[in-house]
Amino acid sequence: MAEVVLKSVNKMYGNVQAVKDVDLHVRDKEFMVFVGPSGCGKTTTLRMIAGLEEITSGDIYIGERLVNELPPMDRDIAMVFQNYALYPHKSVYDNMAFGLRMRKFPKPEIEKRVKDAADILDIEMLLHRKPRQLSGGQRQRVALGRAIVRHPQLFLFDEPLSNLDAKLRVQMRVELKRLHERLETTAVYVTHDQVEAMTLGDRVVVMKDGLVQQVGEPLELYNQPKNKFVAGFIGSPAMNFVEISIAAESGGLWANNAAFQIKVPPAKLEALRPKVGKQVTLGIRPEALQIANGSTPVESSFQASVEVIEPLGSEILLNVRCGTNDMVARVDPSIRVKLHENIRLALDPARLQFFDSDCELAL
Amino acid sequence: MVIEHKWKKWVYFIIPMAGFIIFTLFPFYWMAVTSFRPDGELYRSWRAANATPFWTLSPTTEHFRDLLTNTAFLQWLMNTMFVALVATAISLVCGLFAGYALSRLKFRGSEFLGTAIFITYLVPQTLLFIPLADIIRNMQIGNTPWALILTYPTFLIPFCTWLLMGYFKTIPKELEECARIDGATRFGAMVRIVFPIAIPGILSAGIFAFTLSWNEFIYALVFLSSVEEKTVPVGVVSELIRGDIFFWGQLMAGALLGSVPMAIVYSFFVEYYVAGLTGSVKG
Repeated sequence: MAEVVLKSVNKMYGNVQAVKDVDLHVRDKEFMVFVGPSGCGKTTTLRMIAGLEEITSGDIYIGERLVNELPPMDRDIAMVFQNYALYPHKSVYDNMAFGLRMRKFPKPEIEKRVKDAADILDIEMLLHRKPRQLSGGQRQRVALGRAIVRHPQLFLFDEPLSNLDAKLRVQMRVELKRLHERLETTAVYVTHDQVEAMTLGDRVVVMKDGLVQQVGEPLELYNQPKNKFVAGFIGSPAMNFVEISIAAESGGLWANNAAFQIKVPPAKLEALRPKVGKQVTLGIRPEALQIANGSTPVESSFQASVEVIEPLGSEILLNVRCGTNDMVARVDPSIRVKLHENIRLALDPARLQFFDSDCELAL
Repeated sequence: MVIEHKWKKWVYFIIPMAGFIIFTLFPFYWMAVTSFRPDGELYRSWRAANATPFWTLSPTTEHFRDLLTNTAFLQWLMNTMFVALVATAISLVCGLFAGYALSRLKFRGSEFLGTAIFITYLVPQTLLFIPLADIIRNMQIGNTPWALILTYPTFLIPFCTWLLMGYFKTIPKELEECARIDGATRFGAMVRIVFPIAIPGILSAGIFAFTLSWNEFIYALVFLSSVEEKTVPVGVVSELIRGDIFFWGQLMAGALLGSVPMAIVYSFFVEYYVAGLTGSVKG
């Protein structure tokens, strides 16, 4: 059980800065997920916590200890790798026992821990097999088992589910979450999949270009993204972005565009007043767009034509075009629309988000 | 392979394959036949009425008996074995560590070092034996097995290093990282995880090194002078060709016996050897 603290951690590869001034506090027993596009520095950060990469500058603490100079073996961590990294020449049992043997645990203790872990993960019948005789999902479990037998202070996961097929991935995701609740060990998990990040993480760190963009609980990231990148990265389908200009008219503020004119909700008035006459980016979540009905006020709706219909069963995704803007609306599955039909879409004023067009920060 | 017509299979597969097999194996067959052929048949003209160049009607073991009793062949065999084993062992150990370092450790000039080692392998032996002879003389180990044991690694180490370097690169580095997190030092991870996985590569490097030392001719010819110190390739050639007389029967018997140990080594490790050359590690 331990917290992990990163203090202005930097990593340089030659002249390339892979990780920039990361400050982070992972709480005890927390499941922290790093998410971001490839090359954003999330894996590098994880590997620095593991001790597999040297830190260019900054400090990393695991528990109370400063671990900057500690080799991986002395950090009391366990790591699950993307390709599982099972030792191909050892049986499943020996794979799981390896870490304990290296630490000179007594034999009965090793046996007990391996059996316990195998029981938790439901792999007792595989203990005598070699890794090559296992399916992808089974290998994944063995890799997990090898990590949990150690009872480490900290679990590190490096995209552990990305080699599994979609169905198995969902299943393992649930199991991982259950496992974390049971073991109550601090975990740092790296993924590029925002769905995985949202479902697994107690808190999520969004990274881009080596910089932490935002740290927060999943819904906090979804509802109050700090910038345009986080808003666009979290959520599927992604948030719609429309370039608009702000105009002051008849006592209110209006978000104008060649194709529509929308009244700025009262909550955003203060933030947007300095932007009058300037360009800003409007962000609309797909579910904040609905088909308008008779009672929808004109100032929060606009015309659009349906370009593509994606009926997913539980919902329908409408790809619509409004002027030069393409948008996606997530609507009720009972709604019937035709391709190329002109429809009127209503947006939920309370859920509009505005971003500075230059610095991309939320307004 | 899907082949729709039978004749196509013959034209494109069976006949070329048969030709290739005959081409490859005929010298060995010739060697074997010659070693069992009595002298009377050996020196008979091809145009003689009773000539049977491709087989023998009265096989004899006289050449083998002659080889084993009248020459120091067994001693040569022992010498070759000793030199080949020790030189291979030295080269494998050096090659293992060098190959690991070049494939895994990032240090200044590692790529240059790798290329430099490879280039030393390309320096022809026919050029290298002259300076080496000088060194051997200064060290006063001429005409001893150590002259060969210490010079063979000059071409074996680069060879082993390169073969093993390639093999190590196929082993995912996560395995080592995982071992290091599991509680092994870098050296421990190398010895406990990487080396066992690299066994096919190590075996094929070993077999190759052993073969190269077993067959080596120039250094053995130059650095050894007394009959009882010689290796098989040199001994057979220098003792069984006297002046311009070739003792073909004994020569071929020596060649046949000399290749038996290699055949045994290869047949034992053929599976590992193929895996080592194709280099595949399945996690």
